[in-house]
Amino acid sequence: MPHLEVSDVRARYGSLEVLSGVSFTVDRGEVVALVGPSGSGKSTVLRLLVGLLPPSGGTVRVAGEPVDYRRAAMVRAVRDRMAIVFQQYNLFQNMDVLKNVTLAPVRIKGRDRREVEDLARRLLDRVGLGDKLHAYPDELSGGQQQRVAIARALAMQPEILLLDEVTSALDPELVNEVLEVIRDLAREGMTMILVSHEMAFVREIADRVVMMDKGSVVEEGPPAEILDNPRTARARDFFGKILRH
Amino acid sequence: MDRIIAQLPRFFSERNLILLLESAGLTLAMTALGCLIGFFLALVLVYLRKTPGLWALPLRLVCVAYVEVFRRIPFLVIVYLVLFFIQTVIRDASLFTVAVIAICLYATAYTAEIIRAGLESVPQQQIDAATAMNLGRFRTTLWVVLPQSMPVIVPPSVAFAVGFIKDTALVSQVGVFELTFRGKELNNQGFSAVLVFGTIAFVYFLMSWPLSLYGQYLETRLAAPRSQRRPRKIRQS
Amino acid sequence: MNYTFQFGVVWRDFPYLLDGALLTFQIGLLAFWGGALIGLVLAAFKTFGPRPVRWLVDAYVVFLTNTPALIQIYFLYYGLAEFRIRWSGEFCLLLGLTLNAGAYLTMIMRAGFLSVRRTEMEAGEVMGMSRLQQVRYVVAPHIAKTIYPALANFFIVILVMGTSVGAIIGVNELTGQAITRASFNYRWLEYFTVVAGMYVVLTFIASIGLALFGRWAFRVKARVF
Ligand SMILES: Nc1ncnc2c1ncn2[C@@H]1O[C@H](COP(=O)(O)OP(=O)(O)OP(=O)(O)O)[C@@H](O)[C@H]1O
Ligand SMILES: [Mg+2]
Repeated sequence: MPHLEVSDVRARYGSLEVLSGVSFTVDRGEVVALVGPSGSGKSTVLRLLVGLLPPSGGTVRVAGEPVDYRRAAMVRAVRDRMAIVFQQYNLFQNMDVLKNVTLAPVRIKGRDRREVEDLARRLLDRVGLGDKLHAYPDELSGGQQQRVAIARALAMQPEILLLDEVTSALDPELVNEVLEVIRDLAREGMTMILVSHEMAFVREIADRVVMMDKGSVVEEGPPAEILDNPRTARARDFFGKILRH
Repeated sequence: MDRIIAQLPRFFSERNLILLLESAGLTLAMTALGCLIGFFLALVLVYLRKTPGLWALPLRLVCVAYVEVFRRIPFLVIVYLVLFFIQTVIRDASLFTVAVIAICLYATAYTAEIIRAGLESVPQQQIDAATAMNLGRFRTTLWVVLPQSMPVIVPPSVAFAVGFIKDTALVSQVGVFELTFRGKELNNQGFSAVLVFGTIAFVYFLMSWPLSLYGQYLETRLAAPRSQRRPRKIRQS
Repeated sequence: MNYTFQFGVVWRDFPYLLDGALLTFQIGLLAFWGGALIGLVLAAFKTFGPRPVRWLVDAYVVFLTNTPALIQIYFLYYGLAEFRIRWSGEFCLLLGLTLNAGAYLTMIMRAGFLSVRRTEMEAGEVMGMSRLQQVRYVVAPHIAKTIYPALANFFIVILVMGTSVGAIIGVNELTGQAITRASFNYRWLEYFTVVAGMYVVLTFIASIGLALFGRWAFRVKARVF
């Protein structure tokens, strides 16, 4: 049974259909990379999974159970199992780093404050920000904020981690640091969906690659296959452009 | 003119000065109290107004109607309505209570618009992040949206309250012993209207002007980004 | 609460209230236009005048916006009487409101003046306009468009908060009319409820009119709500 199963999911912003039947599965402990051109709906898929955008059709199953996104209790339960790192980090501007990371685990999940703070310190150390516990987001660079956002998501201790282009704002040195963290998580068996334009990294870390275009899945398969021998013309075109530089 | 000069020593007697000072205090007190309670009621009103879902439509309409109606009725009419309405409910309600309730009803409607604009100034991404962490609407508002919108909400709210110090002069009409009422009293005792109302105007000015300057200062100060506002603490660990 | 509302008498007096509403509207409109004229002149003085003139304008604005309109009107009504200048309540109300509005409108117009950017004038120059033409075709429309929402908003404030002050010195505008009529039969709550409703209707009509006019004249979206 897959950990997460998305079948024929549709979504719209007003009258604009941005997802027109998206299907893919993620097994427990698997890392799936969502790739595709800008505006193809990758972020929308992640937003939909955590209940920020109600699906207009199709089903999402978590551990085999269908999720009814109209039911608040069910949405809360799903959010309890997933954590998302947004493309624009979305750190709470009115809280320092430590508060950003510990807020939800302590106040929402009701875990012990001491324990959570210890965990937060370890996580922030791991992303190289152990000395920034009391800095505010507007005092941090984009890359630093991105790493805090990752620590914040990990502090929720999710089963499934959703990462939206977490390396796009980082300089090359930091990219490696962040990728190292993700690599560790993959080794530890965290189920992950990862949106990325870093094809080298995708090739290295992803178990499977799902390519999207214009709101639906074009092609999917193991990275070696899909990156080097795409079957569809659309995928050949996309990877041809992206891998050339 | 001669009459005014002749009256000067008697007018600025210790008794009259204390009277004016006390009534100025009352003016400030009822403005502050009414606007403060109004501010919190406005927060509740705006929160209710943003309740999602079809079932809450009547609730939203009531909130919109409250704001629209009370911003379009003269304060004097509200004062009279409160006065006569309260008398049918509580026989011996004090006039001070009447004044505070009237100010509060009015301030709620005006501050609600300020607060709504403030809350809407917070980027949607902040709300999304909180929602994805299961914060819920109430906690998201309380912990994330409200703190971030305070710099936008506070200066105009203060400006409203300061501006309202003057408008409370109208409650003298129902006999609250505030500044304007005392002025009328002194005028009736035979003191020159120029002298009395000139002095009263000056006292209002002394309350209103410094506070409005403070409001302008708040605005420029809060407009600065946090890192420049907060004295920078350099921490080593 | 064991109060029974009896609106019968109020409906019988409705023509009086309508008269009051008309007076409210007239005074509001006159005071607004008078104030706008004062505001325009003073804002120009403040922007282009020599320093002492600018100080005088500042003093006028600061003093009138930091004291109650009611006290200003008392000053005209009771104060000037001591110098044998006796004006009717209506006139004192109108004059007081006009002077008061003049101060607020000076601030609004001044903000409009400050919003004119040099580049727009220069663009006019490039097109070969004379100074006067620049003001007529470039600057004035720009200012009008910028400050229109604030002006429309202020008109509603005068119409409601401003004119009702007259009731206290016995002017029979809408609020005054209610007080006068209610003191005959003590149906205060009924009168003020109806009058409150009339203010809401009156200002809605004004808001809609202003929004339509703004859209037509300056293509600005003024809020009705
Ligand atoms: N809030 C919104 N309102 C309306 N349309 C939106 C909104 N957010 C996204 N869209 C549209 O939905 C489509 C998919 O957007 P999405 O953000 O999912 O793309 P993406 O694949 O993540 O792109 P990128 O690689 O640039 O992040 C786009 O056409 C976008 O214009
Ligand atoms: Mg995206």
